[in-house]
Amino acid sequence: MMRLYGPKAWIALGVAAVLISVLPHFLSSYWVTLIGKIMCYAIVAIAMDLIWGYCGILSLGHGLFFALGGYAMGMHLMRQIGREGQYQSDLPDFMVFLDWKELPWQWWNTDQFWWAMLLVVAVPGLLALVFGYFAFRSRVKGVYFSIITQALTFAAMLLFFRNATGFGGNNGFTDFKRILGFTITSPETRAALFAVTGAVLIATLLLARWIVTSKLGRVLTAIRDAETRAAFCGYNTVHYKVAVFTLSAVLCGIAGALYVPQVGIINPSEMSPANSIEIAIWVALGGRGTLIGPILGAGVVNGAKSFFTQAFPEYWLYFLGLLFILATLFLPQGIAGLAQRWKDKRV
Amino acid sequence: MRSLALVLLLSIAGGALAIDKAAVDKLAFGDGDERIAAIGALVAEADPRAVEVLKALGEGEMQTAGKRVLIVRGELGIDAFTGEKVAPLPAEREDVVANNRLRGAIGDALAALRLLSPERAMRLAAAKELATGVDASMLPLVNKALEQETDAGIRPLLELVVASMQMKGGDKAQRLAAIRMLGESTSPNSKTLLAEAARDTDEEIRGEAQKSLRAVEGRLAWGERFGLLFAGVSLGSILLLAALGLAITYGLMGVINMAHGELIMIGAYATYVVQNLFRAYLPGAFDWYLLAAVPAAFVVSACVGMILERMVIRWLYGRPLETLLATWGISLMLIQLVRTLFGAQNVQVENPAFMSGGIQALSNVVLPWSRVMIIAFTGLVLTGTWLLLTRTRLGLFVRGVTQNRDMASCVGVPTARVDTWAFGLGSGIAGLAGCALAQLGNVGPDLGQGYIVDSFMVVVFGGVGQLAGTVYAALTLGFANKFLEAWSGAVLAKIALLVFIIIFIQRRPQGLFALKGRSVEA
Amino acid sequence: MSATPVAVNESGLLGRVSTGGLDTTHGAVLYLEEISVSFDGFRALNQLSLSIDVGELRCVIGPNGAGKTTMMDVITGKTRPDAGTAFFGQTIDLTKLTEAEIAHAGIGRKFQKPTIFEQHTVFENLELAMKADKRVRRTLLAKLASVQRDRIAETLRLIRLQDAAHRVAGLLSHGQKQWLEIGMLLMQEPKLLLLDEPVAGMSDEETERTAELFLSLAGKHSLVVVEHDMAFIERIARKVTVLHEGGVLAEGSMAQVQADPRVIEVYLGR
Repeated sequence: MMRLYGPKAWIALGVAAVLISVLPHFLSSYWVTLIGKIMCYAIVAIAMDLIWGYCGILSLGHGLFFALGGYAMGMHLMRQIGREGQYQSDLPDFMVFLDWKELPWQWWNTDQFWWAMLLVVAVPGLLALVFGYFAFRSRVKGVYFSIITQALTFAAMLLFFRNATGFGGNNGFTDFKRILGFTITSPETRAALFAVTGAVLIATLLLARWIVTSKLGRVLTAIRDAETRAAFCGYNTVHYKVAVFTLSAVLCGIAGALYVPQVGIINPSEMSPANSIEIAIWVALGGRGTLIGPILGAGVVNGAKSFFTQAFPEYWLYFLGLLFILATLFLPQGIAGLAQRWKDKRV
Repeated sequence: MRSLALVLLLSIAGGALAIDKAAVDKLAFGDGDERIAAIGALVAEADPRAVEVLKALGEGEMQTAGKRVLIVRGELGIDAFTGEKVAPLPAEREDVVANNRLRGAIGDALAALRLLSPERAMRLAAAKELATGVDASMLPLVNKALEQETDAGIRPLLELVVASMQMKGGDKAQRLAAIRMLGESTSPNSKTLLAEAARDTDEEIRGEAQKSLRAVEGRLAWGERFGLLFAGVSLGSILLLAALGLAITYGLMGVINMAHGELIMIGAYATYVVQNLFRAYLPGAFDWYLLAAVPAAFVVSACVGMILERMVIRWLYGRPLETLLATWGISLMLIQLVRTLFGAQNVQVENPAFMSGGIQALSNVVLPWSRVMIIAFTGLVLTGTWLLLTRTRLGLFVRGVTQNRDMASCVGVPTARVDTWAFGLGSGIAGLAGCALAQLGNVGPDLGQGYIVDSFMVVVFGGVGQLAGTVYAALTLGFANKFLEAWSGAVLAKIALLVFIIIFIQRRPQGLFALKGRSVEA
Repeated sequence: MSATPVAVNESGLLGRVSTGGLDTTHGAVLYLEEISVSFDGFRALNQLSLSIDVGELRCVIGPNGAGKTTMMDVITGKTRPDAGTAFFGQTIDLTKLTEAEIAHAGIGRKFQKPTIFEQHTVFENLELAMKADKRVRRTLLAKLASVQRDRIAETLRLIRLQDAAHRVAGLLSHGQKQWLEIGMLLMQEPKLLLLDEPVAGMSDEETERTAELFLSLAGKHSLVVVEHDMAFIERIARKVTVLHEGGVLAEGSMAQVQADPRVIEVYLGR
């Protein structure tokens, strides 16, 4: 098997793993939540890099997959509240508020953790599989694909805003009490969630690295650069694109599921088209097709976001907008490309 | 609201001042249906104390302490039944929470109480509110109001309300009478009520209801059809206005401009500024401010568009995904810029006097002048754009450059300048759309965000590069949206259309109208 | 709606290594019968009929717009014909297969403009083209066997790029790119090679070597060469087909074709 990383990189990964397991004990809960959140975003960024950086397909539906994973987890957390809600009912509060008498069908079995985890993976995965299959089979590509994924996300957001859809309307889910029996706000649970997220992030990175260094990875970039040639070489490009799109969606779903218990809320605004486009800028800023770059990009953009929204909220959109423009105009290879160029120059 | 309570107090002064203890208890401790019934019981006597109790429950100020029901405002406590002060407040108290259904019932009850107001306007508004549907428990109160009512404008409304309540809750004879009575109305509410009764289990009622329903429907049908048609054209024209600029920048030039919505928004704000200038300096000519606002909206948006093209978009030709991201960045900055300049709140753009009101086309159809004007305006803009593209040198150049850039450049077309002008034209048309939208609703920094997905859908559905396709697509989507809306509600209609377009694009990526050719395949 | 027809047999040949299902018992590898294609009223192909024998080297010439490229598009599944049939061997209906399935069935195509994977190295280009199980999961787990390395090395020698094996393909000269693309076709071990202007942009020496290569391939493979370079055609041609306005104008040896008055008229104008 091809080597995934050199020895230096393995050491770096090891250090990262140790840091992730000890950090929560030294940081305030604000930082634990923020870094935990950013690690979830980093998983999304890797997923986006797989499909966009390596396969050239800009999906504006990744915010939707992320939110779907989050909602699946959120349903389970709502059921975990039990009778401790405001209305002391078996039903989640918003259902009592809407005068519903029983759980709608979507909620079937969501009190089972394993079922919720299955939904986290299966719902975004199946949606991507079906949508991707039909879109790629009809040769919808480039900007067309971006626009229709954006329309899909927008339609889903409208759907989730409705009370009748059964997911809490515009308020979504919040006020979670516990996860797997542990109090969700206790420092120990937070540290554990942080560690799990870190582990998933590292696993995602290794998985993605394995894929892109395999022949499959070379086929993906081949499809990106010369799709017809790849098809004439005998690769069924539709299958490859669907496969990577689905995998990417599943990773987003998992990231969403990790995000919700740490942040404590999920609502339809997570599906707004703006969120999906923001994911693209993490990847573009970090450097497409580099895996590490997008992680950096997610960190930089979201770090800046939490700084700006506290210190200068009115300047945040200027900064973000400028980032979009500058990254596309002047940093086609992103931060990672810049670092590479700098390294090359020194050698 | 306080004045309302006072009014009520005066109007029924001297009446018995006792409210039903059992009803108050049920309101606080009962289950869903019992509580609804309790509201009915409380309002039946039109006692001012009942108003206070209901309002307290609606606003979350009702609490229980053991068997006692209290109204607590801050530190102040009142016994809900007696109205006496309770001090000190018991320490152990629990909130009484109202769900959506209960809140609705409380709203109805308070409206029903307003029927007894001495002011005609207030009674009329209350009757109209109740005419949209009300729980049967309010019947005694409404009946009482009907007995007192003398105004010829309000009585028929109240009779309808009573009929609709009796039809749901009364005995069989009452229900039949109510059904016959509703059969003579022309109100859409009666139609929904009758449709419900037409599925009743009792055969006689079902038959009678179906007969009445047919009568009402017959009276309403033409108006509804016409109204729907008009709404479809109206929505279609708005979609067309919003998408027309994009049909040039995206359809002809191939630039994915995600800031298109913001150019619309800028046009709307330009209209707002012109309106303010007229109000401040030319109040006499206020009705004519649109004459200045239309060109202003066009020029401002066109200039912004041309600056963007020169500074950003120019460097990204041939890289559509990057263009998408960069223009999205531009849109964020424009939104924030407008927020900084004009504030995050929505601003009001007032219609000129000649645009308010409407044409009473049929008994149940009014065509608002603003909508009619916008349809006409869209027609003008469309004609102008078409003439510009087909009859002028700029149009010739634009078409030449979009078909074969290198060849156009070879024969001496200044392609770079043509790009800028064409982009400016598309942006200016977006500004015109903003000017029109400002006449329909509030103007806010987020105005454009709502139109970007729609505009792209229209252009893509119509077929990229086809002006005619854009027109057909906008009208088709406008009609489809309104017809679906009548059938399934606004949000579901929108979702259904988006899903339809997504599926359509997958079956036919080239859109409704598009050339099939070798160049497309390459 | 005239949406693109969908291949009926979605899973039939998908990605699997073709196990020599090609039936050439009647001596012909490719049959086109009365193929018509039109784009918006323009008839690119007009009832074109053509058959290629096993091991044949066929040259196709014709003025611009005669339908040469469209013919290749039909054979490789890129364009669906409005009418007519296209069979590979006796049994494989090309009009029902996807591009990838057709590639697996054993048809390789070189484009007019060389299309290679510019971001990959020359070695990787050949590796990707090599005949193998090309389904997604197998590709993820694929490892290069030494036999396969030898095959790549052999092809590198044949196309004279052994020194550039680890260079990024985008940096090659135009002629080298043409050779690489031919090499990629050979890695696919196709029964039929379609070559669209293979010597465009090549030096005389490179052209000469290409001619030698094609002549050595004929017999083992069937080749269809579309070319404007008449000297090259003369060098390799055995049988020539002249296309004009979407149909076959003349067919025969180079000498026969050159003597045909209709061909002279088309090429020299009226």
